[in-house]
This record gives sequence, structure tokens and C-alpha cells, in this order.
Amino acid sequence: MNKNTSGAVTQQKSIISKLGGQKFIVLLVVIVLFAFFSIVSSDFRKYSTVLSILDYSYYIVLMSIGVTFPLITGGVDLSIGTGLICYSLAGGYLVVHGGWPVAAGMAVSILFGMLIGTMNGVLIAIMKLPPFLATLCGSMITRGLGSILAKGYGISWPNAAAEGGWFRGIFKMKAGGTNIPIGFLWIIILVILMSIVLNHTKIGRYIISIGSNKEAASLSGINVTFYHIMAYVISGFFAGLASIAYSAIFSTVQPGTGAGFELEAIGGAIIGGVSATGGAGSIGGSLIGVFVICLLKTGLPYIGLQANWQQIITGLVLITAVLVDNFKKRKPK
Amino acid sequence: MGEVILTMKEIDKSFPGVHALDHVDFEVRKGEVHALMGENGAGKSTLMKVLTGIYSKDTGTITYEGKEVDFQNPREAQENGIVIVHQELNMLGHLTVAQNIFIGREFKRGIRIDDKKMAEESRKLFERLNINIDPNETMSDLTVGRQQMCEIAKAISHDAKVIVFDEPSAALTETEIKELFKIIRDLRKQGLGIVYISHRMDEIKIITDRVTVMRDGCYVGTLITKDCTKDDIINMMVGRVIYEEPKLKSMVPEDAPVVLKVENLNAGKMVQNVSFELRKGEILGFSGLMGAGRTETARAIFGADPKESGDIYVNGEKAEIKSPLDAVTYGIGYLSEDRKRYGIVVQKTIAENSTLACLQNYMAGPFINKSAEKEIAQKYVDSLATKTPSVDQLVVNLSGGNQQKIVIAKWLVKNCDILIFDEPTRGIDVGAKNEIYKLMNKLAKEGKAIIMISSEMTEILRMSDRIVTMCEGRKTGEIGIEEATQERIMNMATRELESGGEV
Repeated sequence: MNKNTSGAVTQQKSIISKLGGQKFIVLLVVIVLFAFFSIVSSDFRKYSTVLSILDYSYYIVLMSIGVTFPLITGGVDLSIGTGLICYSLAGGYLVVHGGWPVAAGMAVSILFGMLIGTMNGVLIAIMKLPPFLATLCGSMITRGLGSILAKGYGISWPNAAAEGGWFRGIFKMKAGGTNIPIGFLWIIILVILMSIVLNHTKIGRYIISIGSNKEAASLSGINVTFYHIMAYVISGFFAGLASIAYSAIFSTVQPGTGAGFELEAIGGAIIGGVSATGGAGSIGGSLIGVFVICLLKTGLPYIGLQANWQQIITGLVLITAVLVDNFKKRKPK
Repeated sequence: MGEVILTMKEIDKSFPGVHALDHVDFEVRKGEVHALMGENGAGKSTLMKVLTGIYSKDTGTITYEGKEVDFQNPREAQENGIVIVHQELNMLGHLTVAQNIFIGREFKRGIRIDDKKMAEESRKLFERLNINIDPNETMSDLTVGRQQMCEIAKAISHDAKVIVFDEPSAALTETEIKELFKIIRDLRKQGLGIVYISHRMDEIKIITDRVTVMRDGCYVGTLITKDCTKDDIINMMVGRVIYEEPKLKSMVPEDAPVVLKVENLNAGKMVQNVSFELRKGEILGFSGLMGAGRTETARAIFGADPKESGDIYVNGEKAEIKSPLDAVTYGIGYLSEDRKRYGIVVQKTIAENSTLACLQNYMAGPFINKSAEKEIAQKYVDSLATKTPSVDQLVVNLSGGNQQKIVIAKWLVKNCDILIFDEPTRGIDVGAKNEIYKLMNKLAKEGKAIIMISSEMTEILRMSDRIVTMCEGRKTGEIGIEEATQERIMNMATRELESGGEV
């Protein structure tokens, strides 16, 4: 009987899992990709390329940090892509046509994001709509809403030289003629902050519990509905932040665009180790995952493979990531 | 009895934390009903799952019809004539009887499914079984007993040579059990090998030819049923484990206050006008057949399912319980029969699970105080004697008994005074089972009030101070442990309710 009730079997941890598991492997992939492109293409290994990769990564990384929370609950948020454009248009319209201060316009972008996030959360946690469906509707609504708010025209947030253009410097600082990608610093800080939220606070713990075993969480007396909604509010908040990054990097924001951005963010999170079925994931992983996608997007054209190839390769990378996740979870038969 | 059709030799199977099967031998002959017995967690179901390819064995051989076989999945076993009739019925409620029987291998006419032919074939199967069920009826409209008949029909439609019944009588009324036995005898006469898994000693004596007993994942021995007594079998099953002494009288003091009072609780078909009282320090056993409405009653009290009407009083005051959150606030903890689904978060650590119900007490400002969390988890690991290398262990790596202790710890950390144990020892191996019993008695002694839902008669008689029986969503009786016997409880639990029962 002893052998039968001897209790737990200690898990052998491999070196890889000690170093952060999938995150570590994906980080290696990022480094290898970067090295590969740098060696093959002399045009790639330039400071300006690094700069543009970072520029175009901010809004995706921000979306990715946010969408990690719904993904961990076992859901998804498809509304963040077109939502981002909508929030940027709404804030920008007030600044450009309404004479609002830029800071107020930014606040509107963020609040708008949180509002749509709340709507998604309520539809999913209270009305019990499937997350896929609820946020798909959110995606359509924000797409249309953005165009209506901007009256169909593109919106150009103030450029760097104009009054109120200071906000563009949040992400790119000019010092002595060189551009410094200061935005990356904010990203790192946010990643650390949200990692703490996910792993060391009640809201993070409960969101993980919901994704891991919603019934057990509920029967433990956790207000599952509230925390489930909060996952989408966080996602919306970061979509709002992403919209500011987008406004700051691009000169003009066009209504009707944005569809597909969310897939890069979600793809990045999943490549970075967020379980496709919920319950597990890390913010740092999502960050690294997004860089795989951004590197492929920027790097592949340098070796002569155009956008279509980039899509195919990204798809294959995603499949690999999900297969790895399934493999990890496979129970001993 | 005919020739041997199936032999399992030296079957060995381990899961993380549990050595589920330890070199087990088992054989079935044509035309025999072979009982497979043992306490919960003895390995009966695991052995049958290995046989039908749901689990793969670690070592050992299976010989079937003279050839060595190793089925990779239940479908392959089925195609070769080995079928399980599961305890939980695998039926699709909204399809018809015939559609269920032929699911996955529908008859077709062109590209269309030929429902007529399927109904026709089903009717033939029912004729062979001598039962009268309309193949076009919707499955969910049938009683559990009838649904089981459909499972059997499905089994023989595979041209089964060996049928395994996994606790078939657990959900059946007495009349239905008689009907089932008639069918089993017919099948035996037709030369099939029948494996019959059950806890009920009386049934074993009536229906089986041989008994194989398992204990703690080991093969203990095989007996000819008519040559042995009940006590022989019990001794083999229980072995050297000495259980907590059965209660002969209630341990609750005369003046113990009522801590939970439920009045005319209604929640759907499965909970109708249920009323009872629970006193401090009492273990109140809830007995009944599967599907009697006991779990549903517990869930309604706990706020996990909505209730239609009825009042709940906690410590004399009316309690508004609309969600588990409310129930937990009133100090009620619910330990589900399905721990993995409802009790614990298996992919998380012991520490994380221990504080799941009251994380707010383990915070330092906005952050979780992980050292305090580990400390309290460790305290309960020690006091409940949970076997684990550390509190950082993922719960998935613990054995069933230790997982149950984690769920208990969760509610003790929350300091709940009313605990609802739903099948507290299901899937727990024998040694650990006794530990859970000891623990429950200790908790009751310390003044916790416990509701214990159990389908095991021995458990009910061993643990309860008082026993409530339910049948088809109604309370059918209440009896003190002093007067309780297996027969009386069984009668109460299967009693039809023309009289309205005693409430």
C-alpha cells in the first residue's frame, strides 16, 4: 500500500524549463532570426532598420500584453485591431477638429478602449456569448464606429513639430540628431508591471484560475463574473494604449483599417507560450512572441520574400507554437 | 461455463503519484458472469480501461480468443467484440434511441442517413433482449434504467463477445435491477462472457458465477461465488486495513445547536421540497441512488445552481444565498464529487489552491503575500498529513486522496463551519480513504457540521450520525444511526412516494 499512496511524484525540471521554458526557446528564435537576417542582408543590419522594427512593434506589443489576459481565461479578444484604429480616430478627431489638448485626446482613446473592453466582458461573462463571437461583433462595431466618428476621413494627429506634437516623442526621442527608441523602455516597464499584476495580485491569480478551471474557481467563492470582465477591460485598456502608439508612429490614421492587427498580437502571445486553451501564459512570453512576428515581417522582404510569404511563414510558426503547447499538455495515456 | 475467452496477465499501470495496477491477473470464460470487486480505487475500472484501450498498459499481456491483443482505443476493442457499459451513460440526449445505438456507424441510403433502417435494427436488438423500448423515442425522455438498456442494446449490436458492466445498478431502482439481471442471464445463456463490477454484495451472490477481488491495485484472488460467503469476499476486499469504528450511536451532544436549516427547497426536477436540519458537530449522511437529487440539493444550497424557492437558515438567521460567493461568506464549503472539475485547479500549486477561497486574507497591499500563502498551505499539509514533497507541487501530481485533502484544506483555510462532502472518497485508494474518514470525524468533533453525500452504504453506516434518504428529487426519509440498517436505508431510498414520504 505504501507504494500506492506514496503521494506525489517529484517533477524533473529540464534546464530549458528552469530558464523559462517556451519563452527561452522563443527568445533564441528571435536572436537566431535577427542574426540570420543581419548576416544575409547588409541592408538589414542598420540602425534604421532596428528602429523601424521597434516603431512598428509598439502597438502590436501593447495589444499583445492586453490580449494575453483574455487568452489566459480561455477566451480571445478580436476587437482590438479595428478597435485600435477607432480609438485613435476618436481621440484624434477631438484634438484636430475639436481643439482638445492632445493629452485629453489620448485619455479619450484609452477610455474608449476600456469601454469596448467592458462591453466585450459583459457580453461574455454575463450574457454568456462565446468570446470569439462577442469580440468579433466588437470588431465590426468599432470598425464602423471609427469611420462614422471621423466622418470617413483620415485623421492626422499633430506632427512632431506642431503644437501638441510632443506626444510623438513618447516613443521616439531625438537627441543630437539620432533617434532613440525610448518607447522600448516604456514597453519593458509595462511588461514588468503587468507580469507583477498577472503573478502577484488577486486579479491576476483569479484570471489564471478562471482559465484553468472556471467551475472550481466559482465554487471557491470567487466572483468569477467580475474578474472575467476585468480580463477584457485590461485588453481594452491596452488596445487604447496601442492606439496612442499607433497615432504617434504613423502620420495619418485611416478609417476602415486595423483588421488583422489583432491576429499579430494574438499570434505573438501564443508563440510566446500563452496556452491556446487558457490557464497559462506570461507577459514576457507575449512580448518575445510578438518580436518573432515583427522580425519576420520586416526581415523577410530583405531576403527577397514578399508579404505573402511572410504571412505563410507566420502561420507555420503559429501552428508550431500551438503544437508545442498541446504536446506539453498531453497527459500520459 | 465454457472455455476461456479472455486472459489478462501481469497487467501493470502507473499514473503520476499512483501505482494503479500492480501485476494484475484476470480471466473471463464464455457463458459466465464474472464479478470484479474491490473498494473504490482498488483498480477495477482502470483494469477495464486498459482492456478496452482507454489506457495503455505499462507491461503485461492480454489474450483474447487465443490471440495476443493490444487495443489502442475503445473503438478497436468494440470492433473485436469487447464492450463496456459505463457507469456514466454516454448518450446524446437529443437524439433518438436508434440514432444513439448506431452513432458513428449509421446506415446510409446514398448519402442520406437511413433512420428507418436504424430503427428497424434497433427493434430487433430490443427483441433479442426482450425489452420494450420505442427506437424513435428521444433518449432524454427515457429513465436512467431504460437508457442503460439502450447501452446494452448498443453493446450487443457490436456483436459483443465480452461485455463489461461497470456498476450498472448504481442508478437503477429495484424493478429495473431485476430486469437487468434477466437480460444478463439471457446473454450468459447465449455464451457471452460478462464482467460485472459492483459494490453490492447481494447482487454479486445472485448474479455472478465467479468473483475476482482486487485491492490497492493488486490482484487478491478469485473465488467460485456459490462456494464462498459474503464475509470471505469482504475480508479479501478490505484486507488488513482497519477502518474507523462504525458509529453505533450519534456522537452529537443533545444540546448541539442547529447550524443549517433548509426549508422546502425547490430547484428544478431534482430538488423538490427538501427540508432538513444540520446540527453542530454532526455528520449528516445523504443516501440514495445515483441521480436521486442529492448533489443537486447540495449545489442549490451552495448557490451553485439557482433555486426556485425555499429558505435557508444559517445559525438561526435567514441566509440569502444566490451564488457560491454568498455561501462562502456564510461559512459553507462544498467539496464536489468531481474534484478535478469542480474542486481544484490541477495545473496550479498546492499553495495556490489552498488560498483560492480566501485570497484576500493573504495579501500585502495589492500583492499576494506568497510566503504567508505557503506558510498556511504548509500548516494544512502537515495537519492533514498530505503527502507531497512541497507546497509548490502542482496538484495534478498528487494522488486522489491527497487531492481531496487539498480541497479540505481550502475550506479549512477559509474557516468554514459547514462542510458539504459530496462522495468524499470517490476515486480514493483504500488507505487514504480511512484517513479521510478520520479527518471527517475529527472535524465533526471540533464542531464543524458536515453533510456527507455518499452512494456507498458502508460509508453511510460508518460515518453518519443521522441519515437522510432521497429518491427522484425528494426526501424520502430520515433515520438516526441507532436504528439504521442497510436494508432500511435501501428501502427508504428506493421508496416510491405515493405516501408523500415523511418530511
